[in-house]
Amino acid sequence: MSISSCTCGQDVTETELMTRLEEVIKENKDKAGGLIPALQMAQIIFGYLPDMVVDRIAEGFNKTITEVAGVISFYSFFTRNPRGKYLVRVCLGTACYVRGGKEVLEAIKKRLEIDVGETTEDRQFSLEVGRCFGACGMAPVVMVNDETYQRVKPARINEFIAQFATDEELVLEGEEK
Amino acid sequence: MINITINSQAVQVPEDSTILQAARMINVQIPTMCHIEKRDPIGACRVCLVEVEGAKILQAACSTPVSEGMVIHTNSKKARMARRFVVELLLSEHDGNCQTCDRGSDCELRTLGEDMGISDLAFEGEKIKPHMDETTPALIRDSAKCIKCRRCVTVCNEVQGVGALYPQDRGFDVFIGPAFCRDLKDVACVQCGQCAAVCPVGAIAEKSSTPAIWDAIENPDICVVVQTAPAIRAALGEEFGYEPGTRVTGKMVAALRRLGFDSVFDTNFTADLTIMEEGTELLTRLKKALVDKEDVALPMFTSCSPGWINFAEFYFPQFLPNISTCKSPQQMFGAVAKSYYAEKIGVDPKNMIVVSVMPCTAKKFEAQRPEMNADGIQDVDYVLTTRELAKMIKEANLDFNSLPDEEMDAPLGLSSGAADIFANTGGVMEAALRTAYEIVTGRELPVENLHVAPITGLDGIKEASLVIEGTVDDWKFLEGVELKVAVSHGLGNTRRMLEYVKANGCPYHFVEVMTCPGGCIGGGGQPRFTDDSVRLKRIAGIYAEDEGKKLRKSHENPDVQKLYQDFLGAPLGEKSHHLLHTHYAPKSQTMSD
Ligand code: SF4
Ligand code: SF4
Ligand code: SF4
Ligand code: FES
Repeated sequence: MSISSCTCGQDVTETELMTRLEEVIKENKDKAGGLIPALQMAQIIFGYLPDMVVDRIAEGFNKTITEVAGVISFYSFFTRNPRGKYLVRVCLGTACYVRGGKEVLEAIKKRLEIDVGETTEDRQFSLEVGRCFGACGMAPVVMVNDETYQRVKPARINEFIAQFATDEELVLEGEEK
Repeated sequence: MINITINSQAVQVPEDSTILQAARMINVQIPTMCHIEKRDPIGACRVCLVEVEGAKILQAACSTPVSEGMVIHTNSKKARMARRFVVELLLSEHDGNCQTCDRGSDCELRTLGEDMGISDLAFEGEKIKPHMDETTPALIRDSAKCIKCRRCVTVCNEVQGVGALYPQDRGFDVFIGPAFCRDLKDVACVQCGQCAAVCPVGAIAEKSSTPAIWDAIENPDICVVVQTAPAIRAALGEEFGYEPGTRVTGKMVAALRRLGFDSVFDTNFTADLTIMEEGTELLTRLKKALVDKEDVALPMFTSCSPGWINFAEFYFPQFLPNISTCKSPQQMFGAVAKSYYAEKIGVDPKNMIVVSVMPCTAKKFEAQRPEMNADGIQDVDYVLTTRELAKMIKEANLDFNSLPDEEMDAPLGLSSGAADIFANTGGVMEAALRTAYEIVTGRELPVENLHVAPITGLDGIKEASLVIEGTVDDWKFLEGVELKVAVSHGLGNTRRMLEYVKANGCPYHFVEVMTCPGGCIGGGGQPRFTDDSVRLKRIAGIYAEDEGKKLRKSHENPDVQKLYQDFLGAPLGEKSHHLLHTHYAPKSQTMSD
């Protein structure tokens, strides 16, 4: 998947975000080990770490882009992809796995046409996997943002997704299938 | 000093030594892989494991400091078996075929496996994810062969100060390469090839131009002209068993002729020409600054080294106006061959192919730069590294060692000793001073044997100054001026120097920059493996070549003088300007533009 930086045209917001990023850089750049906290803050501000942010942080910390990229890719909590409105996390802990978590994941992937770690083009959904949300009795479990959904059935994934889809097209498409 | 015992031998070693350093002092060999001389050990590969009495686990010799009373066994069965296991693991993950690999006898992994007597692997590991990066004109990277030793990372970050390579991802998926596993063309890599020079295996190498050159040689309608850089003659022999620094100029010429090149010429010739142009440019800039009080960019930086040009374009664009407008000797040669020489022998430049043999991978990049042509004709068509030339010689079944010594062809083959020393750090500066001083004062540069001692040797940043006295009429304005020069090699040193100049202003008039440690003799395309002892031997070979010449100064080269008389006119004249000079523009180093 190609990684696109923000082109949503919300210029004002973007300028604001960049100003906040500059503050974060200023606060952390002279601290020992300041890079990781700065990247975490940047991810909170932008939701992910796009090229532009990586460039700016590398410059601010006087490090090469490749080194900063090495740090980002080392830690799994950093993401280079924009997060959708709904973060869908499918549990693949042992209980969920044996009770169909894998099939649920496959069905969601197929329905949203994205892979794990990706976001739909309309920025509605991001897909990730998790390891045990503490609801093993109700496996397989899926979390959407902060809500837990239990006993999700692979065969009923279209309806499952449709309840979040505010985008009209997506709803229609979902119903059709 | 502290007392330790290595393999039952008692020794005294300095306190801050590592086990590896201590062992080397008494000629005890310990295999290494990730370790590079003069750099902090990273202890990544574990190929150097040894047994230390009293320690629970085996220790990495490269990163373990010695301590009083330490008893070390480098060759106990336990140590040998552990090292063997490490190498077996590397081999089991390694996805390469030695038969078809670019690395042959100089592959360190293969040699290590052979030395350890590993003939077949007890286990087949999960193979590394393959990825071929052929996106740059200079280099190819084959990640399947990478053993993750990180030598390239150390060199690119610490020695070259570029930082285009760094470990990405983690665990088994670790990928040594550019940001987010992209390709080299997507990051600010200067194409110096120092990573390829230190890689122990076939994971980074130059992109080969050999097939196209064989085709051109076979084609009877094409005139194929070859030029060889000064640094080749003191290194090519290493590929045929000679000691580093052995000069093989005559055999090299003989080999090139037998390979079928129509004319065998010398980049040295255009090194002499460069001195004429660049020396005049420096004096002109000084005149503008001192007499006409014009705002002119000083210091002037040399422009021969294409990795340095890339580096300045990416990282120090504010200094681009300071870089001499002279094309490098390689490019000047192409431009002169396809105009002056083509005209002389009545060949249409479209039917002429210029091949260079260079110690350098960045020269491959330089040759295809859009700036490097005159009237739409590309100056240089193909570039071979020293290593590639050696391969061609082997492919053609030439017995290099028994070849006679032959002379370069005329009229682009004659050169002065000043041209030879373009090969090593300090050489371009010395060559320029030999000529400029004599032009300005009418007297020979007053230093022993024409060598400017403070700028020779392997120190990273070197300085010299020279008070100009007894000037001739044209250059009276330089009377009493203290000319200050500096020399840097290795881009890490260059970065340090430029940061200093940025912060404190510039104390220099003229600065020589060479991309590679030691200069071209330590280039990314030279025979492997190059360490400081090899660098010093090659430099000694080059100085010997210089001292052995009748002509020691570029302006005395009669064939260069004739080129000016018959064709170019004067240095910095209109024709020179058109053929021999160019300009550069800033390049972005970020990902988002
Ligand atoms: S890198 Fe070395 S071990 Fe690997 S295929 Fe090439 S020669 Fe063989
Ligand atoms: S060619 Fe030079 S700059 Fe590019 S990756 Fe290799 S060492 Fe770094
Ligand atoms: S590319 Fe070569 S030098 Fe770099 S980590 Fe891999 S094996 Fe080592
Ligand atoms: S050489 Fe010692 S750990 Fe690599």
